[in-house]
Amino acid sequence: MENRKELVPLEKGSKLNSYGLQRRNMVKYMGASMALIAVGSACRKDNDDDGVDLGSGDVGILNYAYALEQLEAAFYERVVASPYAGISALELEYMTDLRNHEVAHREFFKIAITAAAPSMIIPSLEVDFSSINFTSRASVLDAAKAFEDLGVSAYNGAGQLISTTGNGPAYLTLAGKIVSVEARHAALIADLLSNGSFAATTDANGLDLARTPAQVLAIADTYIVTKINASNLPS
Amino acid sequence: MNLNNIFSEIEKVDPEVHERFSTRRNAMKMFANLTGKIALASSPVLLSSMFSKAYGQTPAQVNAVLNFALTLEYLEAEFYNNIVGSAGYLTANASAQGALTKIRDDENKHVAFLKSVLGAAAVAKPTFDFTGGKGSGVGPFVGYLASYPVQLAMAQTFEDTGVRAYKGQAVNLQSNKTVLTAALNIHSVEARHASHIRQMRRALDVAVPDSEKPLKPWITLNYSGIQYPPAQANINLSYAGEELTTQATVSIVGLGGAYNTAKAASEGFDEPLTIDQVLTIINPFIV
Repeated sequence: MENRKELVPLEKGSKLNSYGLQRRNMVKYMGASMALIAVGSACRKDNDDDGVDLGSGDVGILNYAYALEQLEAAFYERVVASPYAGISALELEYMTDLRNHEVAHREFFKIAITAAAPSMIIPSLEVDFSSINFTSRASVLDAAKAFEDLGVSAYNGAGQLISTTGNGPAYLTLAGKIVSVEARHAALIADLLSNGSFAATTDANGLDLARTPAQVLAIADTYIVTKINASNLPS
Repeated sequence: MNLNNIFSEIEKVDPEVHERFSTRRNAMKMFANLTGKIALASSPVLLSSMFSKAYGQTPAQVNAVLNFALTLEYLEAEFYNNIVGSAGYLTANASAQGALTKIRDDENKHVAFLKSVLGAAAVAKPTFDFTGGKGSGVGPFVGYLASYPVQLAMAQTFEDTGVRAYKGQAVNLQSNKTVLTAALNIHSVEARHASHIRQMRRALDVAVPDSEKPLKPWITLNYSGIQYPPAQANINLSYAGEELTTQATVSIVGLGGAYNTAKAASEGFDEPLTIDQVLTIINPFIV
């Protein structure tokens, strides 16, 4: 499928333009899910070099969150499957909880997006954790801190990209339910690395960080093999 | 000050505050059974326009939410201003004192920030009674200044309540992207504070009911993790509804594996509180 730019008719008066393609997609999506009101154009996976397209509109944002949750869940699954050397009982309890929460987030998005827009959900991503030494406490906790802080800033930055109509407000509340748990995780991991650093990231106004999808994906890129195309997300 | 008094304070700067919040409440009711209602809707366009009307916030509505947030931040800031340096605080170790000081600073920054955003529309700081006695000075938390464990229990409740309060208002700030993002950036800081206070309470292991152990940085079911009979009912209000294990009609229990028990499923998602629920919780502390 062409990317969004190619869907814009280039010549005035041209009868055969790509709106035809857009309409076909609209029909397909509407038939696929009555629950979805504000659909944007998106495709499950591009055949060209653009990588996995997150899509547009609110579903694009849900796919974006799903991508990040896939990354976090895969990370903690691996940490719990083979914990770092010298892990304490308390730390193993925490890592197990984090695994449980992140897997729940991942699976929740998978089910929710599939129900709302089955043709638009992104596939499972291929992760690359080769930069992490899973036998080393410091390496694992550093990566965990990076993932959790990234997740918090991603959700904080994505809130304003969610639509104000249709399911948008409900999606915003759902994102809010998850981001505060990510922030609880982030604070814990920061404290495990250096007790008392739970909110060291706040600025002069006492505010946490928000990042745009482009900023987030540039950071996450180190850990994701699958190319992700976020160019159609709302901005 | 009771609920109506808080509204009257906000009314001074926003005469239509009652209407605004009742509109919001009605809109939330319409969302109560989101999936079912939308499946029944014959016209997506009509439904969309209905929600757009319900959520078309004016700047005054955004200010009303910000004043609600400011009231909570006044409460938190003054609480930490009071306890830092108190007799109870001085019994804590250096890292605990450092953490409470850091949180105090963040809450005071939140107050200053919200006041700067609201400008002349900012509500005045209420008079607080942190004994929870509405001005009697002999409420259930009387003596909190001398008791570090009581201070931590109160701090945890305030932080967790703050997280839920901001979460409940995000949808009412959608018309102003800058304000929404700022509110979200405060929301996650409150959650970071809550996480740390909970770790401090677990390490201290005082007034944590055995049946609710281990106390975690996140909220398990509707457990407060606080045993404080004089104010138990009010404390429990801050955790009511947190036991939810179904999100947007998706049952979270068992997702990914048997390890996702009801406890884990409830922990993975924090739940919002309405303005009325929050005001009921903080009412005993406002004169």
